[in-house]
Amino acid sequence: MEGTLNLIGAGLVVIGAGLGLGKIGGSAMDAIARQPEAAGKIQTAMIIIAALLEGLAFAALILGK
Amino acid sequence: MVISKKPLHVIVAIALAILPLFSFANVSNDSVKEESHEVHATAAETHHEAAAEPQDKKVKVDAYIQHHLQDSYDFTFFSDEKEGKHYGFSLPVILIDNGLKVFSSSKFHHGETIAEVDGNYYKMYHGKIYKTDALGTIEYDEAHHPTNVKPLDFSITKNVFSMLFTSILLLFMFIGLAKSYKKEPIPTGFGRVLEPLILFIREEIAIPNIGEKKYRKFMGYLLTVFFLIWLLNLLGMTPLGINVTGNISVTICLALFTYFITQFSANKDYWKHIFWMPGVPVPMKIILMPIEILGTLTKPFALLIRLFANITAGHVVIMSLIAMIFVGKNLATDLPISLGLTLFISIIEVLVAFLQAFIFTMLSSLFIGMAVQDHHHDDNH
Repeated sequence: MEGTLNLIGAGLVVIGAGLGLGKIGGSAMDAIARQPEAAGKIQTAMIIIAALLEGLAFAALILGK
Repeated sequence: MVISKKPLHVIVAIALAILPLFSFANVSNDSVKEESHEVHATAAETHHEAAAEPQDKKVKVDAYIQHHLQDSYDFTFFSDEKEGKHYGFSLPVILIDNGLKVFSSSKFHHGETIAEVDGNYYKMYHGKIYKTDALGTIEYDEAHHPTNVKPLDFSITKNVFSMLFTSILLLFMFIGLAKSYKKEPIPTGFGRVLEPLILFIREEIAIPNIGEKKYRKFMGYLLTVFFLIWLLNLLGMTPLGINVTGNISVTICLALFTYFITQFSANKDYWKHIFWMPGVPVPMKIILMPIEILGTLTKPFALLIRLFANITAGHVVIMSLIAMIFVGKNLATDLPISLGLTLFISIIEVLVAFLQAFIFTMLSSLFIGMAVQDHHHDDNH
């Protein structure tokens, strides 16, 4: 039972992380489309935020294990 | 020479591309043998085995992946289970237990025998060395944890060996680059690959995050940590079975470096913002203080978890995809699917290897930058 709950929790974490990454990626695409000359800066900011989100998701996965 | 330069490059590239497959080639031979063995068995037996075998194989694969993720006292490239032989090489074991004890890890025979050194007996149990008697008794407590004495272990394990190897490689690469600048302003040979990377760290990571005035002091750390993590990540992609950055002790240590460098180079403004946040009411200041103190700890914690989890996840995914060959029923279809997926994930992992090194360096410089930057008093706070 506990193993199943863990798996459900892992699934929830992945859903959350996926939504977050999708939002970040989508917004970055919009921003780059509007201002292609700022693509470099937007990408860097995007990667930083994606990394922060990913760290959170991984922390949840590891603590839940 | 008959072979012109270009085909040679292609051959080397192909050889490098095929290289990862060799480490698993022997294991796949084993599985083929087992299958032919199954055919010889009678129908009833085959039926019985078919029910028992997949479970057994899954357990075996699980154990193998777990074993791969851990540090060990020797390099084992592959094992012959039928003859009980392991192919690889041993590394030195260094123990401090009433004096220095140095011996080769081959004395353990991969944990199967007890090593005797100067009248002391040592036994390997689940990858850890315990002191024991001549019979190799291990005593357990209620939770089935061994209660034997663990001697202080300074062994050159697989991870330590890989880190030493990487450090020496880095020293050679960068001392060579530094020397080449004395002769002429443009580097020669391999330095041409390194120079743009160093410039990239400086222009894209250090200067924007730390600032034009103060970045120089931290360049040494940022470059070291970037190249160390990158090379170790890439070493993890080779069939040597190294998993250094996927070892949580290593990432904890790297994150601690960032933590201490950040705290010790922090200026007055940084501490003021932690302990007595300016511009907010006094009750708020008291609430914010523990949160800010905790915040300094969670930043390096996120760093260490991210690197560890990313690399571990990558290794597990690749190993699991390769394991598809063994747990599947039809080798003819499983083999191409498994190899194709493995190749795909491996390419992504090469990208991840760079990205994680980049992100670690980037966030380190961001944290350092937060601590050292001059505060702009545009508004009241």
